[in-house]
Amino acid sequence: MAEYHLKTPLTDADVEQLKAGDIVYLTGTIYTARDAAHKRLVDLIEKGEPLPFDLKGAVIYYVGPTPPKPGEPIGSAGPTTSYRMDKYAPILIQHGQKGMIGKGKRNKDVIEACKKYKAVYFGAVGGAGALLSQRIKKAEVIAYPELGPEAVRRLEVEEFPVVVVNDCYGNDLYEMGRKEWEGKAE
Amino acid sequence: MRVVKYEDIVKAVRDMIIYSTTHLAPDMKKALEEAYQNEKSEVSRAVLKQLLENAKLAEENWKPLCQDTGLAIYFVKVGDQVKVEGGTLKQALYEGTEKGYREGYLRASTCDCFTRENLKDKLGYNLPPIIYFDLVEGDKIEIEFAAKGGGSENVSRATVLAPAQGKEGIKEFVKKVVSDAGPNPCPPLVVGVGIGGSFDMAAVMSKHALFRSIGTKNPDPEMAEFEEELKRELNQLGIGAMGMGGTQTVLAVHIETFEGRMCHIASLPVAVNIQCHSSRHSHIVI
Repeated sequence: MAEYHLKTPLTDADVEQLKAGDIVYLTGTIYTARDAAHKRLVDLIEKGEPLPFDLKGAVIYYVGPTPPKPGEPIGSAGPTTSYRMDKYAPILIQHGQKGMIGKGKRNKDVIEACKKYKAVYFGAVGGAGALLSQRIKKAEVIAYPELGPEAVRRLEVEEFPVVVVNDCYGNDLYEMGRKEWEGKAE
Repeated sequence: MRVVKYEDIVKAVRDMIIYSTTHLAPDMKKALEEAYQNEKSEVSRAVLKQLLENAKLAEENWKPLCQDTGLAIYFVKVGDQVKVEGGTLKQALYEGTEKGYREGYLRASTCDCFTRENLKDKLGYNLPPIIYFDLVEGDKIEIEFAAKGGGSENVSRATVLAPAQGKEGIKEFVKKVVSDAGPNPCPPLVVGVGIGGSFDMAAVMSKHALFRSIGTKNPDPEMAEFEEELKRELNQLGIGAMGMGGTQTVLAVHIETFEGRMCHIASLPVAVNIQCHSSRHSHIVI
């Protein structure tokens, strides 16, 4: 398991060096979107209309934060379960997205898209919302404010801790980890 | 007849919500610390360490442990010798929920099933809650509360087995639910198992089983042993913390049965309610 400190947006070279199980600390701009926002982004692509942010090299974080207290950039902000975005993610990857941050299993289409277009799925620790929010320095709603917690936000993150779950070679950390530890409890 | 003021219930519920969503309950903290000590996988240990740090930060800053502050779930026992003055108990739970979630800067996570619209400004902030009332003897009101996240709820399952399937059938079902869920519900988990009653009762009991403190045993020795057996076997699945592989997949299995261990002669209802590691539960007696 290697450790990397990467700046966003991500390049093909960034993605190619990553293997399932590697620890990555991300710094730079990332965007938030959940199911409702994904549906709207894909609708825009299908209509050929511009997106609220540049997808090239983009990292999208699947999160619906709690409201910030006065003086805070964001409330608690841990990952949500990713399978709900599986229907939309391959289309966004095809159009330039390089990274996804969430938790939980992805389907074959997403894993195939990661291989074909060189993208990576990162896992963040679910339920560590208070800790992860400390690595988010700025947050601004840039689209769909009516979706409340599900609005699209631009985040500035520093050393945001994630683990590579699905790399661009078809490896899956969940399968690897489980195979290694099955039947090993005392 | 003892009289309790409506406002006092609202305030108690509000305070309980804000405290328990920002302060990990002592039994959960202890269970996570033990899992950290016992975990053999390095990746899972790193995850558990982050969770313990998260709990510390949340407590210090009164910040929600997890952004999914859930649906508000209540199990309420109402004494037959107590009367609420100034409103109904149900209204007080609704108002307490709204105040707790809004004033605690928690997330409003309820929406219309079909349009998916968040109705926090029309219906009320994170309303409605889910409430189960029970009428008991006495002059007290006992309120158990949990903030139940969506991720672990999405992988929970209920079924009605054939009586001949017995304990082996129950074990198979529980293992399948946890195995299929894999990393999605944020392990390490607490697994609530409701056995008996009817289809719906098994589901309600599986949820109520999650309110029990970790470390306590089922009062029925055979069921207590069954809990341990299930825990041992589930931990052999290798799922580990956040599904990254490891030996600590399940912190506890809690079984609840119906009126002893009763059900219909034709049925064996079983439900499994999964609880993530961010188990936020609390209880008050008014």
